Amino acid sequence: MAEFKEISPDASMGAKLHNWFDNRFPTMFDAYRKHMSEYYAPKNFNFWYFFGSLALLVLVIQIVTGIFLTMNYKPDAETAFASVEFIMREVPGGWFIRYMHSTGASAFFIVVYLHMFRGLLYGSYRKPRELVWIFGCIIFLALMAEAFMGYLLPWGQMSYWGAQVIVNLFSAVPFIGPDLALLIRGDYVVGDATLNRFFSFHVIAVPLVLVGLVVAHLLALHDVGSNNPDGVEIKEGPKGNRWSPDAPADGIPFHPYYTVHDIVGIGVFLMIYFAVVFFAPELGGYFIEYNNFIPADPLVTPAHIAPVWYFTAFYSMLRATTDPMVTALVVIIALAAVLNFFSRRSLASKIGVAVAAIIGVFLLKTFDAKFWGVVVMGGAVVILFFLPWLDRSPVKSIRYRPGWHKVVYGLFVVCFILLMILGAASPGPLFNKSSLEWLTNERVAMVLTLGYLAFFLLMPWWSQLGTPKPEPDRITFKKH
Amino acid sequence: MNFWKRLLFVLVAALPLAAMQASAIPLDKVPKQTTDLVSLQHGAKVFVNYCLGCHAASFMRYTKLQELGLSQKEIEDNLLLATDDIGTTMTVAMDPVKAKDWFGVNPPDLSVIARALSGPGGSGADYVYTLLRTYYRDPTPPTGWNNLVFPNIGMPHPLWELQGEREPIFAGEGDKKVFTGRWKQVTKGTLTPVEYEETVADLANYLAWMAEPVQNKRIAIGVWVMIFLFLFTLIAWRLNASYWKDVE
Repeated sequence: MAEFKEISPDASMGAKLHNWFDNRFPTMFDAYRKHMSEYYAPKNFNFWYFFGSLALLVLVIQIVTGIFLTMNYKPDAETAFASVEFIMREVPGGWFIRYMHSTGASAFFIVVYLHMFRGLLYGSYRKPRELVWIFGCIIFLALMAEAFMGYLLPWGQMSYWGAQVIVNLFSAVPFIGPDLALLIRGDYVVGDATLNRFFSFHVIAVPLVLVGLVVAHLLALHDVGSNNPDGVEIKEGPKGNRWSPDAPADGIPFHPYYTVHDIVGIGVFLMIYFAVVFFAPELGGYFIEYNNFIPADPLVTPAHIAPVWYFTAFYSMLRATTDPMVTALVVIIALAAVLNFFSRRSLASKIGVAVAAIIGVFLLKTFDAKFWGVVVMGGAVVILFFLPWLDRSPVKSIRYRPGWHKVVYGLFVVCFILLMILGAASPGPLFNKSSLEWLTNERVAMVLTLGYLAFFLLMPWWSQLGTPKPEPDRITFKKH
Repeated sequence: MNFWKRLLFVLVAALPLAAMQASAIPLDKVPKQTTDLVSLQHGAKVFVNYCLGCHAASFMRYTKLQELGLSQKEIEDNLLLATDDIGTTMTVAMDPVKAKDWFGVNPPDLSVIARALSGPGGSGADYVYTLLRTYYRDPTPPTGWNNLVFPNIGMPHPLWELQGEREPIFAGEGDKKVFTGRWKQVTKGTLTPVEYEETVADLANYLAWMAEPVQNKRIAIGVWVMIFLFLFTLIAWRLNASYWKDVE
């Protein structure tokens, strides 16, 4: 135990109080210094660095509004829909809490997608930040689970049928699928049992995991230090700044410099967020789907079932994976194995790749395309975990990558956004014209899905190509 | 160029997502606002007289009509037809089994119908406004009525006494038959065509209000929140600048 500190009886009341706590709970003061006043972040953060603190803000908004919603919501198939309308009409301020929560769900994904894209742009997942990135990826998975289960709770038509479609996906898993789906639903169809368990997961299990992961994400970040738009390590640069002789010269105390900076970001974000909450809570059917104002009816399937916008890109990949897609994957694997024979690898590795390819093709052709759809959809998320090892570029930041890398990133973004749009649109021909009948939603989505996957799977190859621009020794900082 | 334009158009048109709304003809916009209390009071009266016989609005409490500028006494005297208790919601006495027998479907609850029917073509109120102005006599369906917005609708024309019978004028034949937008009045209703339009507009407007009674208050509060956040951000921006001004 640390030495008990005495303080002069003439000291001010504040100093005495500080001393009293410091003697009894020094951890609190240490944590404040380690994570706030003596956490040195690079001073060249730009626009993209607002989204981390914003994600934390949205998490708090969701938890606080969620607590108040739970006070009035009834997780019961008979009364769930009515209890949401009760919150909207009879609970004082209930509409405000509910719109904050529904808008917050979409805001969470917007902020998190931008936060992840920042990591991609500046190579924030590269050594030594692999674990920070992996914790982040698990947070993203937990967030998807949280959003999916929360969406069932209003018990509208889209809640019900969206859950039905997604839970049915699990039944495509070979051998254990049907039992797995039954285990998730707790019934043969989505019903009261499903609603109850989703409620339990949504209000306590997943939020607990989320909060724990966020803590791990931040602790790991503060151990290795933040990356920055230049992708050069401030810890490797000269030491000593105006606050500390040992701190990196290009670092600046997180508090007050970045707290005051993030408050500006929070102000701008809240303006947009509350503009939606107060003026367009449904946001044209994107944040609250119109069909969800119809109570869940197990006997009436809606003509067009689409998940909420933040899942549509992955849903589109699922829909695109039909037999032609499986055939395309078979051809790609076969071609890769054949091309591998012309490489300069050892014969053993060539044969190994060929055997792996044959097994892959066999599995692809054995199981149903629906199962591979689930694999592609899940794989599109899981592949993010491997990003730190897929990227082989000698530089971290996009700023010093060869110019054409920006085009590759741009194409990736285009693929993702188009997949989002296609996932929201109904399947079938995109154009109402007989000569363009072949141009279906699924076919275009198939090409885009391959583009999305190729971006990651070919990254070990393309990220090494081209000559990077010279990286500066220290970060570039323009005085404000 | 043309291809890309079309592609863009299709993608943008595909954007408004899954909606129940699927109208056979373009929807007309309700020429009223939910801030127009006179219109809403009239709409409420039409609603309890003509809709509430079969359709419930089980999330709508009668007392909430006070927000339309009606006193408790006025509500009790004029609008409380199905019950004596002003504290209850707008439920309906019709037996759902019989209703299904008569119309083929249970008449849906109308509390939030104006939100449920929103979609790419217009708001749910626009849908109802157009629907109630496009009924015509047709001997084929069992009810003897058909509709241009919702072909083979189960609900017979609820306001036919007010509107009278009308016949749509089509151009072309067979597959190429299109509605010209014009009508022929067959029998007279108790209202003039202008009064009828007004009545249906008020009813649709009332449905839009009932779907979210807080909507106007929400927008009014929102303006103040925006002003506050603007000032907050302005101060935060200057505060940030003053902290960072001597960071080299």
